[in-house]
Amino acid sequence: MKVGILSGKGGTGKTTVSASLAAVVPSCQYIDCDVEEPNGAIFLKPELKEKSPVKVLVPEIDMTKCNFCGLCAKACQFNAIAVVKDKVLVFPEICHHCGACKIACPNDAILEVERTIGVVEANEDGTFLQGKLDVGEPISIPIINELKKHIKEDRFVILDCPPGASCAVVNSIEGCDYCVLIAEPTPFGLHDIKIAVQLVKNMGIPFGVVLNKASNDNRSIHHFCQSEGIEILMAIPFSKEIAEGYSKGILPVEINDLWNEKFKKLYEKIEGGAHK
Amino acid sequence: MLVAISSKGNSMECMMDPRFGRAEYFIIADTDTMEFEVVENAAAVAGGGAGITSGQLMIDKDVQAVITGNIGPNAMSVLAAANIEIYRGVSASVKENVEKLNKGLLEEISKTVPPHSGING
Repeated sequence: MKVGILSGKGGTGKTTVSASLAAVVPSCQYIDCDVEEPNGAIFLKPELKEKSPVKVLVPEIDMTKCNFCGLCAKACQFNAIAVVKDKVLVFPEICHHCGACKIACPNDAILEVERTIGVVEANEDGTFLQGKLDVGEPISIPIINELKKHIKEDRFVILDCPPGASCAVVNSIEGCDYCVLIAEPTPFGLHDIKIAVQLVKNMGIPFGVVLNKASNDNRSIHHFCQSEGIEILMAIPFSKEIAEGYSKGILPVEINDLWNEKFKKLYEKIEGGAHK
Repeated sequence: MLVAISSKGNSMECMMDPRFGRAEYFIIADTDTMEFEVVENAAAVAGGGAGITSGQLMIDKDVQAVITGNIGPNAMSVLAAANIEIYRGVSASVKENVEKLNKGLLEEISKTVPPHSGING
């Protein structure tokens, strides 16, 4: 089964929870879809042996065939082409690789050429994968798509998602059997978890919440979940011990057996929640 | 000559919009006769590539110069490729900016601002 770990707000603990699950669930697969800043590897310390570049197709103009009609620029929904009298300017970073310009060109003057935008890295048995988007590249979806091609369907697969609730997250959790939403009890945390809840509801994916940095001073997430009938699968307290471990790349499950047990219970709840 | 001014409104009396790619309107004025055309800028709300499309609009409208506040790198590439001159306008009406251009009081822009500077601006 595939479980997506998302949050809306960044810095709530997606990777802490994802990597902890990866550490306690036997023979699972961990995929870091946060390709702008993958950091699961800091905790899980895999030996990354496989590296393959991720390439996309972008237009290149055959100037011997182009008659500057401008239909390619009009067809482009992303404004990546400008036709200037006797020149055609292509902006590859803005291109979304849809191929509409090639279809629109009546003179067959558009070739598609490969462009590398990042890399997918894996350990030897493919149980740890991460994508890295090259610095300056704005579109992460092709890398997430490439990562998802390597999903081992017969395993418990953990998809550690990017922050937010936009395309990259939608793409990461598409096809998941269950989602875990990580929330922190702050006004921003509450605001963003509401957006994440809307997203998973719209996509029809069963889900539960893990409350991180929980404190009795602020019970806003409890109240929200109670009123919406959302199950809080687990609460991780606002703890100096966990924060200190984190700062050294040590997971809660490595600190003591209590957390090991708690994350095993979380795993059982996720399995249960997905098969309801 | 035909000059396009990024504008916050649809007349010569409206303030110049300091943003190029995401300006709401362009006023395309004839600097000799002061006749003008108002063009709504569809790229003002584009998801991305606003500067490129606004630049394309200048080419399609056959303007020879642009007056605006700031210009981003992609818009600059498009305008430069078409040899369109770019002038830094002042915070005043479209009409005053055209008059200043006619008197040679506007400086030509050769440097861009970073991408996305005009968003929420």
